[in-house]
Amino acid sequence: MTPEDSAGCRATTPQSAQPPLPPQQRPQPETDQPPVPAQGEPASAAPAEATAGPSGRREPAPRPRERHLPGPRPGAGSTTTLAGQPREAPGGRWRGGVVHVGATLLVVGSLAWVSVFGFVEPWIAFAFGLFVAVGELARTPLPGEREQAPLGAAGALAYALLGSLAGARTHHGVAQVVLVCTLGALIGAVPCLVRRRRANWGSVSRRTLSVGFAALLFQPLYNSGALLRCGLEHGPGSAAYVAVCALLSAVVDVSLAALLSDAPLRRALRDEATALLRIGSAVAATGVVIAIAAGEIGLWALPLFSVPLLLTFAGFRRYAAIRATQRQTIASLARATEVAGYTLPGHARRVAELACRVGRELGLPDQELLLLEYAALMHDIGQLSLVDPIPGGATALLEDAEQRRIGRLGSEVIRRTGVPPQVAEIVVRAAEPYRRADGRVVLDLPVAARIVRVVNAYDDLACDDPGPARREEVLTQLRAGTERDYEPVVVEALARVCQRISG
Amino acid sequence: MAEAGGQLLARGGRVYAGAVIVGALVCVVAGGVGAGPWSRVAVLAALHLGCDWLVRRQTRVGAAAAGAVAAGEASARWAAFFPVLLAAATLLRPGSAALVPVLGAVLAPAAPPRALRRAWNAAQLALGTFAASAVFHGLDGPAQLARHQFPAVLGPTVVAALVFCVVSGVLAAGIRITAERADPRTVWHGVLLRSLVPCLGYGLIGLMMAVLWQGRYGVFSAVLVLLPLTVSSWVFAQFQREEAAHQATVSALVQAVEIKDEYTRGHSERVSRASVLIARELRMAEERVASLRIAGVLHDIGKLGVPTRLLRKNGPLTDDEHEAVQLHPTFGHEMVRGIGFLGEARQGILHHHERLDGRGYPSGLAGDQIPEFARVIAVADAFDSMTSTRSYRRGRPVEEAVTELERCAGSQFDPTMVAALIRAVRRHGWRPAQPRPGDEAAPDLPLGIREPSRAGVVG
Repeated sequence: MTPEDSAGCRATTPQSAQPPLPPQQRPQPETDQPPVPAQGEPASAAPAEATAGPSGRREPAPRPRERHLPGPRPGAGSTTTLAGQPREAPGGRWRGGVVHVGATLLVVGSLAWVSVFGFVEPWIAFAFGLFVAVGELARTPLPGEREQAPLGAAGALAYALLGSLAGARTHHGVAQVVLVCTLGALIGAVPCLVRRRRANWGSVSRRTLSVGFAALLFQPLYNSGALLRCGLEHGPGSAAYVAVCALLSAVVDVSLAALLSDAPLRRALRDEATALLRIGSAVAATGVVIAIAAGEIGLWALPLFSVPLLLTFAGFRRYAAIRATQRQTIASLARATEVAGYTLPGHARRVAELACRVGRELGLPDQELLLLEYAALMHDIGQLSLVDPIPGGATALLEDAEQRRIGRLGSEVIRRTGVPPQVAEIVVRAAEPYRRADGRVVLDLPVAARIVRVVNAYDDLACDDPGPARREEVLTQLRAGTERDYEPVVVEALARVCQRISG
Repeated sequence: MAEAGGQLLARGGRVYAGAVIVGALVCVVAGGVGAGPWSRVAVLAALHLGCDWLVRRQTRVGAAAAGAVAAGEASARWAAFFPVLLAAATLLRPGSAALVPVLGAVLAPAAPPRALRRAWNAAQLALGTFAASAVFHGLDGPAQLARHQFPAVLGPTVVAALVFCVVSGVLAAGIRITAERADPRTVWHGVLLRSLVPCLGYGLIGLMMAVLWQGRYGVFSAVLVLLPLTVSSWVFAQFQREEAAHQATVSALVQAVEIKDEYTRGHSERVSRASVLIARELRMAEERVASLRIAGVLHDIGKLGVPTRLLRKNGPLTDDEHEAVQLHPTFGHEMVRGIGFLGEARQGILHHHERLDGRGYPSGLAGDQIPEFARVIAVADAFDSMTSTRSYRRGRPVEEAVTELERCAGSQFDPTMVAALIRAVRRHGWRPAQPRPGDEAAPDLPLGIREPSRAGVVG
């Protein structure tokens, strides 16, 4: 799994490829027709000319040349940390390497084993390998979800747990299962290579190891007849044993995914386990059912029993599509302030992107990252209700009371948008310093609100000059405000993120 | 589907429901109640009850966040209990299979009159299951199932699933026609055609449950088959919630404009409605109608970029001010360009002030160069502007607006769209904007005086 896949924080991808649009380069109508001035109508119809027109657009009022935050405010001295936010160094590189080496060793070992002891029942192997390959080829990105090739995974699991086929015993061992499933997964990676994209080697390694583990739990016991002696080869006992194997293999799969992820280990484990409860459980159940049903009706089980999984998957895709649409719509709503001339072009998008990076740096879970992203996109919506635009749209330079008023107005709009209510709460509270006037820390202030506050201030101050010198200057200003306004932990996380972006 | 008897109170509905209930009783008795293995009936009935409860709970969670969406709720409930009933139809004789849905239907919550509603739900599902089971047995399905004759057994299964779908669909359609006096054409389309494909899928799942059940693995593995389906219904509830949230976001976008320009309150919604009327009249595909609906709602979104002072200005606008107002389609297009699903709708938003003779804005397109959506929205927009009150003119009667549209057809508007709107309004009627306090202050002018200098700007 690639790091880009891992976080739910990808809403900005549709726009992130393109630089923020300067006002004079607003998009032209998508047509080849040259703008023809309309006869008999007073105004020219050419949008490009009109944009610069004297009364047309309300450009943001010119920003003050040198922007500084108000001086340090009285507050208590000692710095605090965000409660319960683990900060672990990203160690995805070597952890992922271990997984890849393990998978390679397993495949090489299996090759050696099969070349010595032979390949049995090639037709069954072919059918399952084909099923896995087709499932992998139909792999589709599911934003925010882990399992991308549910049919491939279910087919591989079924082959690992396959005992008898249409009443006759099978004899394939662990090595053969590993080879067939790896081959299927590799075939699934071919289109990526053909299109010169980076293939998802992480998922291949993960598939190999987790399937190998499932096969190790089942095949030796089955082939040696131990299951038969314990009465676990037929009937409900057998079904229960197969289900337990699938469950353990799912646990291994989750751990592998967490190892491969770039996120801090604890967070990665939590996120992967949540994903398992969703489509993962459907995949495991389908794998088990195919393995069991193949014992009764033979290979017909493969197409027949993938029907429920396909239905589930179709539901997921619809869900993912509507989620993507919702994100795009919210991004558009966020752009309303720019179009209306209240904020600078690209401000909302930049704040959202940076806030998500900082959130990830601080180890927020996927769910909260999504809320953070929505809040960051819409944090300036309240400005729409203002009669006159603030200079440069920079709320960070305003008085506390005014900031809070804008936050409240915005949250009223946001509450009507149908996003989770926490988003409105974050936007309101982003206007709040993390310490009260008497120096006490505001304990119930959401972490996301602290992040939006810091990142918004950073973008308000630094957006006109992306150079490293200006960046350091702004960070120094923010650090000077850590006594009351800006949470020091967030400011430091922001500094690290900025360092990484430019370095 | 089980809840289809929403208006059972109507007299025709009661008579119809009573007939169905009696029919179900006759079928059960004639099919031989005591024939099936009772343990199987009990387990299947419990499974059905459990699935029904689970789906109901999930849908309630989804609907609570979303505001109930009746149609979605019905199709979600199909998902979980349908395979159980089909498994019953393949595993049991008709008389016993018909008993399986009764427990779930009787214990489910229902609105008053409770007894009648529950009896109706039970009878509807029982008749469907009975018919499916009878067909499956008639086609020699059980023997093929017992001998694992694949793919031969798929034939009776598919037919049984279709029969189940058709019987319960027809019964549900009947209650809607007799009790609600719904239009039979829309009922047929909604109830039957849309449920046929999922119906086949669920039929196969029911068959799988039966296969595993009859094998050596028993009920445990049959339950495993249902696990992906419960996940599926969970996903469906999430989908519903997210979709409702998305609709709310779109309307929040529109509300932002309407805060700025109070005279356009409700205008977006009505333009959207008129656009849909035209699209239906032109027999556009359903996806395009949906896209057009959103384009109609969002067509003036670019007014966010026009200074409030201009939008609310009472007197005539200067040239510069005209120019500023005429930028709104371009702004609107820019705002929604990131929304991928809009597709054609974006062009509709950009070009909804073009004129057929090429004198419109922003690009001065003429004739067929103007995208179809834009031509639709232009007519809908002008129609609603004429029939609702603005600062400079009181709302005009529908007939006067129709005459004006006909006058401008060919020069400003596409005659096809004008004709379609007029036909649709004659057929379905039109509810113009409700008058508000203060409307009397607007001058009571006939249409046409300001044409054409303000013709494109009034929207």
